[in-house]
Amino acid sequence: MIENVDLALVGWSRAQFALTAAYHWLFVPLTLGLSFIIAIMETIYVRTGSEEWKRITRFWMTLFGINFAIGVATGIILEFEFGTNWSNYSWFVGDIFGTPLAIEGILAFFLESTFFAVMFFGWNKVSKKFHLLSTWLVAAGASLSALWILVANAWMQNPVGMVFNPETARNEMVDFWAILFNPVAIEKFLHSISSGFLLASMFVLGVSSWYLIKKREELFARRSILIASIFGLLSSLLVAFTGDRSARTLAKVQPVKFASMEALYEGRNNAGLVAIGFLKDSDKKIGKEVVKDFIFKIELPGFLSILTGGDINGYVPGIIDHITGNKEKEILSVSEKIERGQYARRVLTDYKNARAAGDKELTEKTNAVFYDKEFRDKYFRYFGYAFIDNQEDVLPSVSASFYSFHLMVMLGFYFILVFALAIYFIFRGTLLKNKWFLWVALFSIPLPYIAGEMGWMLAEMGRQPWIIQDLMPVAAAVSQISPGSVITTFILFAILFTALLIAEVSIMITQIKTGPKH
Amino acid sequence: MDGAPRFLNRLFRFYYEGFRNMSEWGRKVWVIIIIKLFIIFVILKIFFFHDFLQKKYDTDKQRSEYVLEQLINSSEKHD
Repeated sequence: MIENVDLALVGWSRAQFALTAAYHWLFVPLTLGLSFIIAIMETIYVRTGSEEWKRITRFWMTLFGINFAIGVATGIILEFEFGTNWSNYSWFVGDIFGTPLAIEGILAFFLESTFFAVMFFGWNKVSKKFHLLSTWLVAAGASLSALWILVANAWMQNPVGMVFNPETARNEMVDFWAILFNPVAIEKFLHSISSGFLLASMFVLGVSSWYLIKKREELFARRSILIASIFGLLSSLLVAFTGDRSARTLAKVQPVKFASMEALYEGRNNAGLVAIGFLKDSDKKIGKEVVKDFIFKIELPGFLSILTGGDINGYVPGIIDHITGNKEKEILSVSEKIERGQYARRVLTDYKNARAAGDKELTEKTNAVFYDKEFRDKYFRYFGYAFIDNQEDVLPSVSASFYSFHLMVMLGFYFILVFALAIYFIFRGTLLKNKWFLWVALFSIPLPYIAGEMGWMLAEMGRQPWIIQDLMPVAAAVSQISPGSVITTFILFAILFTALLIAEVSIMITQIKTGPKH
Repeated sequence: MDGAPRFLNRLFRFYYEGFRNMSEWGRKVWVIIIIKLFIIFVILKIFFFHDFLQKKYDTDKQRSEYVLEQLINSSEKHD
């Protein structure tokens, strides 16, 4: 896409970021969810005074501690990568990205050094109520910590609340609340934390099922399953609800990603939602990109129209509408967006030349243009299109978007079924009789991890080529460094993270085999 | 008057006893944390992850001029 940028460098920088983020997300959701499950269990202990509930709480707290300790600081590496591999991006986003990350860092430090210590060191040293309060604060703090990271990510998906300052070549925050209450941020936060709750519930359900299969710790396992299945069912319903809300917002702010995840090339009224489908290459092309077709699909008629506009006959724009434009539906073509982006870039060039020539009047005049709302809304918002060569370059991988989305959704429905069955069996008292279900629960432990990674794959690969939607393509964000150094650190990270994962799994397995202490 | 030192002493004892009476898994994960932090902050940060713009330029003005140049020139090739 960008001729003067080394595509190998871009590819490796992206691969390194993807590797780091994907591994980081293996640790985070269990921390988010298990902290709340522990807090619920400890609340029952404090209210009932039952030593068995204390024992249950302390066991899951041990596994929480292991996961937290192994995962802590793995996210810091992402911040290193911004400064080294993505310096143009880091400079361009200015304080918008830095502020939420700084808040997260301070919050995490105080949380971890105070209440986390009380959770682990404070048994029998502080009052029961203060200990319980600390556990709840750790749970709430972990989710709040995630909020700031997701606010930063959401800004990249839907940049709001800022003005570009040509003098500093940075975006400057003008509306903190618009950034915090960005609809993408709210939905991403709720969807991500509820998926963490779900994942932790499946973890507790699966591990407890193992105890029942092994005929060990029956009371402990049944009580753990009771909490996990209720919390898990509520969480999985919340995941489905927030997922639906996210998709509606996506249709408005990232319509190409939305059309790609449904492999909807041609817009239509009464558009169906694909429940299951398999893609193949067709003989049609958009520029150099081969159009995908369905080998097979099961579609829910009209559902996509309802999802996007609330009307079964509503028009849902397809990929082609977004490429070639659709005047009737007021959709700009990529060519028009490129022209607008190039105009914004010409104003920036005029500003730079005027400043270099010492023409104060012209410098001030062109500088003022960037603060004009009409210019921002009509031209600068398409600044990134100035980097685009071909109209099809704005397409993400349709196959990656489609399969990641559909696998995530299918797993989401599967989780609802598993938690509902667990509740049914536990209230009927038939959990032990249905050994098949215990095995299903045990082998379902990795599935929420897969669903979570699919969600991030859709979010990040589905918005390509943009690092900041419509403002900056990935290839323009990268630092001009040697691809060799990126490859070296990629390998180092792969080794480090794999070692950490092996350490986590082996320490956890040892603790699970040891079981809760008497 | 001696409230603050007493509080600090209690705080110190709290952490000290917590670490001293740590379980076996606790000791293991602390070893992992220390090794991990060493790798991240000493090896990776110092040897591999220099801040590109901080290292290349001395002032923010130079950095902004470099990025402005990148924004204009890399996109100009595509007219």
